[in-house]
Amino acid sequence: MIKYTEVMIRYGELSTKGKNRKDFIGRLAGNVTKVLKDFPEVEIHPRHDRMHIVLNGASFDKIDKRLRKVFGIQTYSPAIKVPKTLTDIEETALALMQETFKTGMTFKVNTKRSDHHFEYDTNQLNSMVGDYLFDHMDGLKAEMKHPDIVLRIEVRQDAVYISSQLLHGIGGMPVGTAGKAMMMLSGGIDSPVASYLAMKRGVEIEMVHFFSPPYTTEKALAKAKELTGILANYCGKINFIAVPFAEIQETIKEKLPEGYLMTVQRRFMLQLADRIRAQRVGLAIFNGESVGQVASQTLQSMVAINDVTTTPVIRPVATMDKTEIIKLAEEIGTFDLSIQPFEDCCTIFAPPRPKTKPKLDKAREYEARLDVEGLIERAMTGIEITPIYPNEKFINDQAAADQELL
Amino acid sequence: MIYFDNSATTKIDPSVLATYDKVATTIWGNPSSLHKMGDRAHQLLEASRKQIGDLLGVKPYEIFFTSGGTESNNTAIKGTAIQKREFGKHIITSSVEHASVASAFNSLENLGYRVTRLPVDKEGRVSVNDLRNAIDSDTTLVSIMGVNNEIGTIQPIDEISDLLENYPTIQFHVDNVQALGKNIWDKVFTPRVDLSSFSAHKFHAPRGIGILYKKVGKMLTPLHDGGGQEKGLRSGTENLPAIAGMAKAIRLLLDNEAEKAAREEAIKEKIINYLQDKPGIDIFSPANSGFAPHILCFALEGIRGETLVHTLEDQDIYTSTTSACASKTADEVSTLVAMRVNDKIATSAIRLSFDESNTLAEADEFIKVFDKIYKHFAKINHLGENDD
Repeated sequence: MIKYTEVMIRYGELSTKGKNRKDFIGRLAGNVTKVLKDFPEVEIHPRHDRMHIVLNGASFDKIDKRLRKVFGIQTYSPAIKVPKTLTDIEETALALMQETFKTGMTFKVNTKRSDHHFEYDTNQLNSMVGDYLFDHMDGLKAEMKHPDIVLRIEVRQDAVYISSQLLHGIGGMPVGTAGKAMMMLSGGIDSPVASYLAMKRGVEIEMVHFFSPPYTTEKALAKAKELTGILANYCGKINFIAVPFAEIQETIKEKLPEGYLMTVQRRFMLQLADRIRAQRVGLAIFNGESVGQVASQTLQSMVAINDVTTTPVIRPVATMDKTEIIKLAEEIGTFDLSIQPFEDCCTIFAPPRPKTKPKLDKAREYEARLDVEGLIERAMTGIEITPIYPNEKFINDQAAADQELL
Repeated sequence: MIYFDNSATTKIDPSVLATYDKVATTIWGNPSSLHKMGDRAHQLLEASRKQIGDLLGVKPYEIFFTSGGTESNNTAIKGTAIQKREFGKHIITSSVEHASVASAFNSLENLGYRVTRLPVDKEGRVSVNDLRNAIDSDTTLVSIMGVNNEIGTIQPIDEISDLLENYPTIQFHVDNVQALGKNIWDKVFTPRVDLSSFSAHKFHAPRGIGILYKKVGKMLTPLHDGGGQEKGLRSGTENLPAIAGMAKAIRLLLDNEAEKAAREEAIKEKIINYLQDKPGIDIFSPANSGFAPHILCFALEGIRGETLVHTLEDQDIYTSTTSACASKTADEVSTLVAMRVNDKIATSAIRLSFDESNTLAEADEFIKVFDKIYKHFAKINHLGENDD
C-alpha cells in the first residue's frame, strides 16, 4: 500500500473568474479546512494556481472521501514527496505504477521542473524513468497522446513530487462565494436536493424548517436536522432554524375557507423565511418546488404565494422530473432518510381538495382577514437556531444504542 | 458432565440471556403502540429482523417471527395447502421428516389432501427422480428437510431446487431447524427455496421463538388471525425479548461458523474412528459431506437405545434415542425404519449431537466411558463371537 504524502488540488470554474480569484481561493481553503478539521496534522497551502495539502501521516483514503464533497475542486492528485535523487524517483515511480497499472493500460511520463539546477532535464527524466519502468514491469505500453496513466514528476526546490492518479472533484463553486441564502427545508425528497444544488453554485445556505407540535412529532424535526447533517458534508456546517408553525396553521384552519388553506399557509411560510433572511442578512430564498408536482407547486400557486416578497426565490429543482430528483437524492445520500414516514407540517392540515389554480386576489383577501403581523411576530420569537455538523445524528439515538443488544 | 444432545436443545448463552433480560425489563413496550415506548420496541424489533435477514443473506421483510420450529413448519405447510387449495390438493414430503412436518401432512391428509411421502435410500436420502415422478398438475407444495434430525443426512436441496425450477407454482419448503450454523448453508438453502423454518433454542437462544423465512411474493394463509402482526401472517404481540436474543444468538452462531463446524466434525470423526469395525455396532451417520457435522447416530445391537442412554446418563453423559421429540413413544424410530433398517437394530440406535461448546477431550472421555459399557454388553450379548 502506497503512503501518499500530499494532495494537489486543481481549481474548478473559479480559475476563470479573474478578479474574485483571491476570495474564491480563500473560501475554498476555508471549506477544505472545515471538512478536514478532525485531521489536525494536515497542512493546507492555498496558492494561486493550486492548493497543496500536506498529509503529515494522515490517510489519503479518508481525506479523499471528504474532498469528494468539496465544491470548487475540479481535479486532485495524491502525490508522494521524495528526495531529489534518481534512485528515489525511479523506485517511487515504479511503486506507484505497480499500484495503478492494470493489464492493457497505456502510460506516459510527464516531468515538470521548476528547479532548473537539477542535474537532469525533463526529457532526460522522462526517458530514464520510462526505461526504468519498462525494465521492471511487464506489459507496459507507452502512449503519448491519450495515455490511461500519466505519471507526473515535478521537480521543485525542496523535493520531487510524483503522482499517477487524476481524480475528479464535484466541480461547482466554493460554498460561500455566492453569498448567503435561506433554504426552506421540509424533510421530503426535493428540498435536500435543492439544498445540494444551491451549495454547488457557491451559495451558503441556512435551513428554515417549519414544525407544528403536537401535530408533527419530534421525529419529523429530528429527521430534518439529520438531513441537514448529511448536507453539511458539503460545507462543514449549516445553521438549522426551526420555526414554530402550529398557531398559524390552527388560525388559518379555523378562519379561512378550505380551498385556500394551503395557499395562505405557504404565503406565511415564505413571509417568515423572508423575515428570517432579512434578520440574518441573506440575499435570496431557495426551496425544493418542482413545477406541477403538487397543488402548491403549479405556476398559478407560485404566483399566489410568491406575491408576498420581491426577494429572489430560487427553485433549483423546478424543472427536474421526480425520477431525476430521486437519482440525485440517492447520490448525495439523503433519499433513504427522506422517505422515512414522519408527518411534516406540509401534510397535516392539507385540505382534501386544495386549489391547484388559486387566485392571487382571493389569497390576498383571505390572508388580510388574519392578524398577519401578530402571527408572524409570535412565530419569530419561537425560533430556535442549531448549528449542525457533518453526519450529526438526531433520530434513533436510542434505537442505535438498543441495537448494541443484538 | 458431557452434553451430547444439542439437537434436542442447547444451553442458553449467558450473553443472549442478558439481552433477553435487558429487553424484557427495559424495552417492554408493545411494538404496536404509538407512543415512544412502543416506538422503541418497534425499532428494536425491526433492527432484529434486519440483522437476521442480513446474516442469512435474505431481505428483512422475508423474515417472520414465530414461536419456533413447529409453528414455522405448520404455517408453511398448512398455510400453503390452504392458500393454494383451488389450484390443487396434492402435497409432497419425505418419509423422514420431523414430527411437526409429518403430522401436519397427516392432518391435511385427513382433510382430504393427497399426500406423497417420498421413500429414502439406506443413507436416509430422498431421490430427485422419485420427486420428479411424484409431481403432477395438482401438486402445490414440496416440503423436504435440510438436515435430518435423527441421523444428520443432508437432503439434496440443491438438486431438488434445480428440478423445481421447472415448476414455479409449487411452493418449496425446507425445514432447516437442524441445519443453521453448521457450515452447510449453500446445500440447504437455495434461491428456489420459498419457505424455511428455524428454531432459536437449537442455537443457544430462548425457547418459544423461531423464524419462518418466506420469500417475497409467496402467499400463505395465516394460521393465527388477530391483530395483524408480522404483516398479518402471524398475529400475536411480538415476543421481543426472545426475538432480540435470537438475533444476537444467530450473530454469535455464524461467527467463525466454518471453524466451529470443523471442530464438531472432528469430534464426530474421532468417535466414529473408535466405533467403526466394532462387532455389533452399526453407524448410520458416516463422516462425509453428505451428512451434517454435528449428528452421530449409531446402534449397539442387542441393547435398546433407551437402555444405552440411561447407562451413559449414569456416567453423566447426556445423549438421546433418535428424535428426542418422539423419544418417549416407543414406536417412533421413523428415519431408521424408513431406511429399512432392521427393527431390532433401529430400536438400539442412539444419537449424539454436538455443538461448538463440545471438545475433543469430551470425545476422548466419551470413548473411555463407552468402551467399558461396550465391553460389558458385548460380553453379555456374545458380540464378535462366531455365531455359526
